[in-house]
Amino acid sequence: MRKPSPGALLLAVIPFVAMCFSVALWDRIEPMVFGLPFNLFWLIAWIVLSSGCMWLAYRLECARATATERAP
Amino acid sequence: MSPAAVCLATIFAIVAVGTTVGFLAGVRRRMDLEQWTVGGRGFGVALVFLLMAGEVYTTFAFLGASGWAYSRGGPTLYVLAYLTLAYVVSFFILPQIWEAGRRHGMQTQSDFFLARYGNPWLAGCVCIVGIVCFVPYLQLQITGVGLIVSIASYDGIAPGPAMAVAVALLVAFVSVNGVRAVAWVSIVKDVLMVLAALAIGIGVPLIHFGGIGPMFQALAHAHPAHLTMPGATRNLGHAWFISTVLLTSLGFYMWPHAFAAAFTARSADTLRRNAVVMPLYTLTLAFIFFAGFAAVLVVPGLANGDLALLTVVRQSFPPWFLGVVGGAGALTAMVPASIFLLTAATLFAKNLYRPLFAPAMSDAQVARLARAMVVVLGLISLCLALLSSTTLVSLLLTGYAGVTQFFPGVVLGLYWPRVSARAVFAGLLAGVGGAVFLMTTHRDPLFGLSAGFLALCLNFLIVVLLSLVMPAVSRDPSQRPGTLAWAADA
Repeated sequence: MRKPSPGALLLAVIPFVAMCFSVALWDRIEPMVFGLPFNLFWLIAWIVLSSGCMWLAYRLECARATATERAP
Repeated sequence: MSPAAVCLATIFAIVAVGTTVGFLAGVRRRMDLEQWTVGGRGFGVALVFLLMAGEVYTTFAFLGASGWAYSRGGPTLYVLAYLTLAYVVSFFILPQIWEAGRRHGMQTQSDFFLARYGNPWLAGCVCIVGIVCFVPYLQLQITGVGLIVSIASYDGIAPGPAMAVAVALLVAFVSVNGVRAVAWVSIVKDVLMVLAALAIGIGVPLIHFGGIGPMFQALAHAHPAHLTMPGATRNLGHAWFISTVLLTSLGFYMWPHAFAAAFTARSADTLRRNAVVMPLYTLTLAFIFFAGFAAVLVVPGLANGDLALLTVVRQSFPPWFLGVVGGAGALTAMVPASIFLLTAATLFAKNLYRPLFAPAMSDAQVARLARAMVVVLGLISLCLALLSSTTLVSLLLTGYAGVTQFFPGVVLGLYWPRVSARAVFAGLLAGVGGAVFLMTTHRDPLFGLSAGFLALCLNFLIVVLLSLVMPAVSRDPSQRPGTLAWAADA
């Protein structure tokens, strides 16, 4: 089975760090952003940013797939 | 008409429309086992998205998440993190699982374990653990329907009879239709649920506080500790958050139905694109949280937090709107529940009963047995729903502690040729055993960490160590029994 590229894996680590491991840094109420407590705002922002990360990973994998097809 | 009648009529109409759409989708297709379980492997991005969204956003998201926002506060935010990260994980495993599924004609998760490890006992064990984990998840949905009908009838109808009716409907629907129907009902369900979530999430704070911002200001002022972790709990702090997010995001696609949904896709690319789009759907949940948090101030003192969302809607909106929300909620319970029933029944008939007791059964007989199992499983879950009183979130976390134990076997099976059946089997038994022990002896969380996560660590450790000491028999890789051909060309 073809292994995922290191670039794609790195892009996947970013959301994990942002939404999971760094919880102690962003789990607070102040400053409120757009009327939301900071922790809720942070997670909502990262839902969108994670989708962006995966889009980049997708582009990467697609580019790699075409490259391997051309040079078998 | 009385408010209760308006409300119940609306719910009934919505459920009727949803089910009709499902029945129409199944018409004119021959329902063999492959069509019933994996929709003939022909779903494009849109249908896969609908199927996965349909089975992901369950009553848990609707009532359970808002219920925890109400009763627990901050810790409930784990839901937003874990759903998003689950799709990140899916990007790296679902396309590979799909590829394996196509080459080996897999329909279920147990098929995967059998093809990769060649050990029927391991495959059977995966099957049993999977079916058992479905029971709390099914129970969650049935309990949800009961709560909805009881609130919508303004406490005129008890949850019990409502649950019984819901189970009867479910069984009828699943037995006739199969997976394609479920994907189509999802359309109705998802549109309604998104609209309802937006309306509630914006409407409730607006009506009572003049907006979302002022609502959080008021809540931060009245209960400053409620919005951060550990919120209203003593032991659900940051360590719990990290371990639970890891447990649930890794385990998300280990649910047998989510795993099998990958097989319905037309191509591996479909699944990669899904992984990019699906996180955005999680935004809907944020609005449900708004309503759950607003309920803390609007309807304080509810004994059962899972009633918070519906109670606050009942206090804020006219009866017909409560009916729309209830209808959306009922479909939100019934669509995933039918997928769970379908998957669990197929697992039982195809991967447990046939290989062990009746190897001569034809596919048509297996399909008939699966339909009978739908009834049995529906009844078991109904009984449990009638007897139990745990919160919806706790039910889901119980199931997760079990299914995530498949993760080492799946991921290492895909990417590490050395991993052996013995190692995976030992790890699985230790993981499940550990999780059951910790949970039944009320040691969850242990040292602030989620019990399922600790069990998963133990499981991983055992699989890796045993595989290093006793690797899978490695003669000619392509001739090795029970090894997928694709595992060798890694």
